[in-house]
Amino acid sequence: MSHKVVIPIGPYHPLQEEPEFFRLYTEGEKVVDIDIVIGYMHRGIEKLSESKHYDQTPYLVERICGICSNAHPFAYVNAMEDLAKIEVPERALYIRTIIAELERLHSHLLWLGLAGHFIGYNTVWMWSWKYREPVLDILEAITGNRQNYGMMKVGGVRRDIKEEDIPGVRKMNDDLIPVLNMFKGAVMDDPVIQARTKGVGILSKEEAVNYSVVGPTARASGLAMDVRRDDPYGVYDRVEWDVVVRKEGDIFAKLVVRVLEMYESIKIINQCLEKMPKGPIDLDLKDIPAGEGIGRVEAPRGECFHYVRSDGTNSPIRHKIRAPSYMNVPSNKVAAVGQTISDAAITLAAVDPCYCCTERTIVIDRQTERKLFNGWDLVELSRKKTEEIKGQKSG
Amino acid sequence: MNLKLKALTKSIWVFHAACSPCNNCDIEILDVLTPRYDVERFGIQLVGSVRHADVLLVTGVPNRKTAERLKALYAQAAKPCLVVAIGQCAGGGCMFTPSYNYIKPVDEIVPVAAYVPGCPPKPEAIIMGVVKLLKSLGK
Repeated sequence: MSHKVVIPIGPYHPLQEEPEFFRLYTEGEKVVDIDIVIGYMHRGIEKLSESKHYDQTPYLVERICGICSNAHPFAYVNAMEDLAKIEVPERALYIRTIIAELERLHSHLLWLGLAGHFIGYNTVWMWSWKYREPVLDILEAITGNRQNYGMMKVGGVRRDIKEEDIPGVRKMNDDLIPVLNMFKGAVMDDPVIQARTKGVGILSKEEAVNYSVVGPTARASGLAMDVRRDDPYGVYDRVEWDVVVRKEGDIFAKLVVRVLEMYESIKIINQCLEKMPKGPIDLDLKDIPAGEGIGRVEAPRGECFHYVRSDGTNSPIRHKIRAPSYMNVPSNKVAAVGQTISDAAITLAAVDPCYCCTERTIVIDRQTERKLFNGWDLVELSRKKTEEIKGQKSG
Repeated sequence: MNLKLKALTKSIWVFHAACSPCNNCDIEILDVLTPRYDVERFGIQLVGSVRHADVLLVTGVPNRKTAERLKALYAQAAKPCLVVAIGQCAGGGCMFTPSYNYIKPVDEIVPVAAYVPGCPPKPEAIIMGVVKLLKSLGK
């Protein structure tokens, strides 16, 4: 087609969870097709894992993704415990669950901020990152690091949650509820944000099934699936909480699902703190038998899957990892096609591969090879649309 | 200090190149710009193009795909452009050195002016690294 324009986005960019390179094919304003290329951050972790001791691997898989730096080791230890058929001390399970939910809180706040950033609401960005800091402070107090907590260990956890830290966690939870209420009021009821996100980037239930999306992306499309409920690990079967599901499948639904999930996380953490028994936190496991194990964890972005096979030696002979974004990103092929370029930024961001890549975007006309837009122009375009809607609403 | 460097130390603009990191360092870099630390007070700003940047922040272990791009990025930058290696990976490869996709450390691809160790370095550490770098330029 003569007027088809290709917009390369990427390849690698600052904030996202996994590196992708998007190629948007556009006609005029409309996106007609999209190509996704991944592999820019391939570090060979699966292979590296085969050369590491079982106890070193949590440290390695923690560094698959900085934002899910608890979900991967969690899935790995679940796989190892499935392999070795061991029961983990009760207290360790509670601690694991608390850390996992704290991570979900900080991850969802991070996404909320970035989503705001892309539609031109930098206030939302600054606010939600400001309120993310107390969560990181708590994680630092408990685990010793703001990210990469290093808590998981085959057969238990590395550090106990000290009695004196618990009031701090409770206070953080209590303080976060008014903040979430504010976000619910300010973000979800805002007419401009609604205009930018409602009915945009729709992923229907059928397409969600076809593309096997997971996590909040699936739950926003009406698929009530959550590993925490369907295949309980940690102590999720011992606490009261709900799976948040929305039917619409648009970006607004994804936003609502994430905001409401934060309330559930707070509920889970509070119950865990109450019910947490005293006792040992580690089994001090020495030997790993031969066999294979599977670990599934609901990471903030969806189901994270680890498979480990052991031959009875010190390190696995196969370690397979599937991260949630690997399933979610291809769904952009449906969600972004048919949208305008200015909606592409937020649509690609909605599955939470943290879409900051626009700053490296250039629009090139295929015929003339002439540069039309750079990355900031694309963000600018998205912001201009918000401004226009703001004008219409007030005018 | 020559004029170019003197001008560089005022309100530095940074460009952030992620060379297959795990995103932690990248998030901490953004964190430095958000209200708790808010370095925009000092005129430090994240820019969208390396051509505008005074400082290039590099995170992660360069792999076969990103190493070339890092080289190209540095070639595009207006000189003097200072490179700061953020995090353990950029500093020396961390535990990824045995990987088949690892080529060479960042400082063998581009000249690095400062290293900020940590996995990930805390925002305070990143700020301190940049401040120390600027002070050393004054001498």
